[in-house]
Amino acid sequence: MFHIFCPYCQEYREEEEFHPSGQAHLVRPADPASVSDEEWGDYLFFRDNPRGIHHEMWVHRLGCRKFFNITRDTATYEILETYRMGEQPSITAANAEVRREQGVQTADGGWQTVGAQPENSRLNEETPS
Amino acid sequence: MSEAHSEASVGNAATFDTHPGADAGVTPESPLQWSRVQGHVTEEGGAAEQIRVVERPFLGHLVLRGGAITLDEAVRAELGVSLPGKPLGLVLDAEGSRSVQWVSPDEWLVIVPAGEEFELENRLRARLGDAHFAIVNVGGGQTLLELSGEKARELLMKSVTYDVHEHGLPVGKAVGTVFAKTSVVLRRPSEERFELVIRRSFADYCVRWLRDAGREYGLRVASASP
Repeated sequence: MFHIFCPYCQEYREEEEFHPSGQAHLVRPADPASVSDEEWGDYLFFRDNPRGIHHEMWVHRLGCRKFFNITRDTATYEILETYRMGEQPSITAANAEVRREQGVQTADGGWQTVGAQPENSRLNEETPS
Repeated sequence: MSEAHSEASVGNAATFDTHPGADAGVTPESPLQWSRVQGHVTEEGGAAEQIRVVERPFLGHLVLRGGAITLDEAVRAELGVSLPGKPLGLVLDAEGSRSVQWVSPDEWLVIVPAGEEFELENRLRARLGDAHFAIVNVGGGQTLLELSGEKARELLMKSVTYDVHEHGLPVGKAVGTVFAKTSVVLRRPSEERFELVIRRSFADYCVRWLRDAGREYGLRVASASP
């Protein structure tokens, strides 16, 4: 279970109150009529799926009903920061080291979800094929 | 409804009085009507309960949206209370019967006694004039339950994910959160009282949940006369 800081309510809330809404910072082409089909298709259908730091849009659907952004590590589920719409993230894949210096949101040991920590770490290791 | 007194037009918005009055021949039914038919709501609560749940039906619920500064001036002039500027704030007027609640950075919920909301909406519209704002009467879509008694907090601890302890939900705070898998606006207007603003369509479900969760405390749900 995530414990998410809503930047509008200024409080940590349970994940149950939120809903993820996909990748953040998508920019609609300024003039849709003049872009190629490929560019328009990229905008409409293609999303990043990184292993590591990812910026996502979430909505606090049962609280203030506002959309905001989360920077999250997709490998560890660690939420690194939450910030309002229109703002830029301070932690990106390019400057991931920043997170060590800032007082960012993290649970004990960095495990944000119940059951995320594998009972047997060997299960998560790659096996030579 | 073609009663002349129940419709008005202020600026470019048509407003409508949802309380047509006794002479219109319409009997209002609270959102808990079905629960009442099923016997989940009694007209009077017992004396020895540890929790008391009372429905306050037909209150005037208005949602105000717009800039905080513009709305604050109008609300201060019409209701005599200032708009809560901080997140999750709840302010009540001197009588304690009118309240303004922060819902989101550009949205506030105003709850006033039954029948006052139409006039209030018109007065606010007149005062706000051409400002960028929206006022919606949401009274038909939700209802208010009052929880009091020594075990009220324990009942809420079973039902909501939010921290309802004194440090999580002090007097003067109101939060939107999860209540038994549905949504609720949880308010703390005073030391001994909690308020739940629930959706009309979920009202029966919420009442049956409360009865089940409160069975060990001898809970009964009563309905205040409108």
